[in-house]
Amino acid sequence: MNFAADFASIILGGLAAGTVLFIVSVGLSITMGLMGFINLAHGAFAMFGGYLIVLAMNRAHYGFPAALALGFFGTAALSVLLERFLYRRLYRAGELDQVLFTIGLIFIFIAGTTIVVGPEHQTLQLPAALSGQLNLGFIRYRTYSVFLIVIGFLIALGIWVTFERTRIGGQIRATVDNRRMAESLGIDVDRLFTITFAFGSGIAAIGGGLGAEFLGLDPQYPLEYLVYFLIAVSVGGLGSVIGVYYAALILGVLNFVLTLYLPKGGTLFIYALTILILLARPQGLFGRKEL
Amino acid sequence: MSVAASPAGGASAAAGGGSPAAQALMRRHRLRWWEALPWIAGMVFYFAFPAYLGFGCDLLVTILFALSLDLALGYAGIITLGHAAFFGAGAYTVGMLATYNIWTEPITSLLLAALVAGLIGFLSGLVLLRAKGLTLLMLTLCTMALLEQAANMAHAYTGGFDGLPSLPIAPVFGVFEFNPLYADTQYLFALGVLFVCFVFVRTLVYSPFGQSLTGIRENVLRMHAIGSPVRRRLMICYTISAAIAGIAGGLWAQTNAYVNLSALGLDRAATVLIVLILGGYGRLYGAFIGAVAYLALEHFLAQIYPTAWQLGLGLLLVVISLFARNGILGLGEMLWRRYRVRRVKP
Repeated sequence: MNFAADFASIILGGLAAGTVLFIVSVGLSITMGLMGFINLAHGAFAMFGGYLIVLAMNRAHYGFPAALALGFFGTAALSVLLERFLYRRLYRAGELDQVLFTIGLIFIFIAGTTIVVGPEHQTLQLPAALSGQLNLGFIRYRTYSVFLIVIGFLIALGIWVTFERTRIGGQIRATVDNRRMAESLGIDVDRLFTITFAFGSGIAAIGGGLGAEFLGLDPQYPLEYLVYFLIAVSVGGLGSVIGVYYAALILGVLNFVLTLYLPKGGTLFIYALTILILLARPQGLFGRKEL
Repeated sequence: MSVAASPAGGASAAAGGGSPAAQALMRRHRLRWWEALPWIAGMVFYFAFPAYLGFGCDLLVTILFALSLDLALGYAGIITLGHAAFFGAGAYTVGMLATYNIWTEPITSLLLAALVAGLIGFLSGLVLLRAKGLTLLMLTLCTMALLEQAANMAHAYTGGFDGLPSLPIAPVFGVFEFNPLYADTQYLFALGVLFVCFVFVRTLVYSPFGQSLTGIRENVLRMHAIGSPVRRRLMICYTISAAIAGIAGGLWAQTNAYVNLSALGLDRAATVLIVLILGGYGRLYGAFIGAVAYLALEHFLAQIYPTAWQLGLGLLLVVISLFARNGILGLGEMLWRRYRVRRVKP
């Protein structure tokens, strides 16, 4: 019984961390699938939104939902500006220029955050309703972790339904599969991309805020978790929501277990597994498109 | 990937005979007077700034590392985010051989570092070079992270996070001692190693082999079509590039007399990429210009305010990737061409 409870709590912890990873990376997967743009600065949007949310709650005393909304729309607005004026110029550039440009953006975000807010770690003050323990029948577990897992599932479901059942979802799928054909059919790919970019950044912002206590929140955030976001996206498959969801959950659980039992260098197995998966399936587990 | 105005690109089809094109090709790899400048500057630095020789060693190591990346990325077009894997492999080879007193002779240590890094480059290249684009980026990144975690895991041998301090290094040629307080021997040794490696790389990129690498970068399909063994060429190039990165890592370990996990990190891989792009890739001397510009900027901006350095670097990267894709050397070439055009046609 004790072992089973331990096991369940490890799995739940891993799932919660994986859910955060999913919420942050799903936008990256869609925008990279659409445009083939290697946006290493995606984590910077998550950090920006996380700061908006945490600061709105801690300093301006916003409610939790209001702060999340602020984070979503604030980050989406910022990302539209950056997309319109900077990203756009590099769509036809080589991947090297894209890598360099987005690494530059990461540095700007890190320095900007350090200057404006300061280098210290930010903590999220949870609302009372989410800070206790929840009785799940077989185990008592932190309400917030369960809340995260549920929210993540709902977001995944929502995006999946949007993808499969709505007009804009169909346009996105068509563009991911064959951009030129989609353009010839009259889909306004530029507009589509701006919308998905803004939405993806907004979702990432929510992930940054919700995950503040799992991944932490300090100016180094976009660099620290960059590799994890990229692993989730590339293993899951570009443009595949389900793929990123599974990949992020597996990654979360594996990372949780490995750092618990092998604190020194245990993440080695994650990298090894990633390499093996990508060698066997360069398009990722659920992707239909070569990266 | 396209580098529009690369000096090594293009007209290789028109070889042979005394045509202007053939002469232009022959001229390209002739030694020019200004190619002596970096080495003169290196010697002047030695005499003029004796207090900054430690900084000078870092500079030389960075140049050598960027040069190795230039071979893979600039000439063959292999976009990698994990080049520090080989730097670290070389550094740990030298470091572990020295710490456990197995081998401390500096020159042969560097050759062993090259061997180990080259071997890792060869083995990883066997599987990695099938991929391209984001997959390749991810695979190189993960290979490096894998090595980093392996070094962390084997902390009984590698010292883990703390690394291996105060490495004993035998005197160069059995005569010139490495002085831990004053880096004069280290500096000259590093300059010598850089010179030998540079001559090797320069010869390589102007050889028919180097030409075929440029061809692969510019148009892989055409190289396949004319029967060039693309995969084998890329493998050889990647292995040599890894070996030179290993020498750079070994040199870093020797000049600093320590090794730690920072040799293998994403920071180092990103830095060398930035240095090379800043200077201009696919140009040999981009590594020199980039390293000088990067380290000088870091030195001065970080003195003002550490965060200013990060902000400055970020802005610089954004501006370069948007407006000056061929780096400082590319900008210089463009200005020079404009100047000459204006002089010819007044």
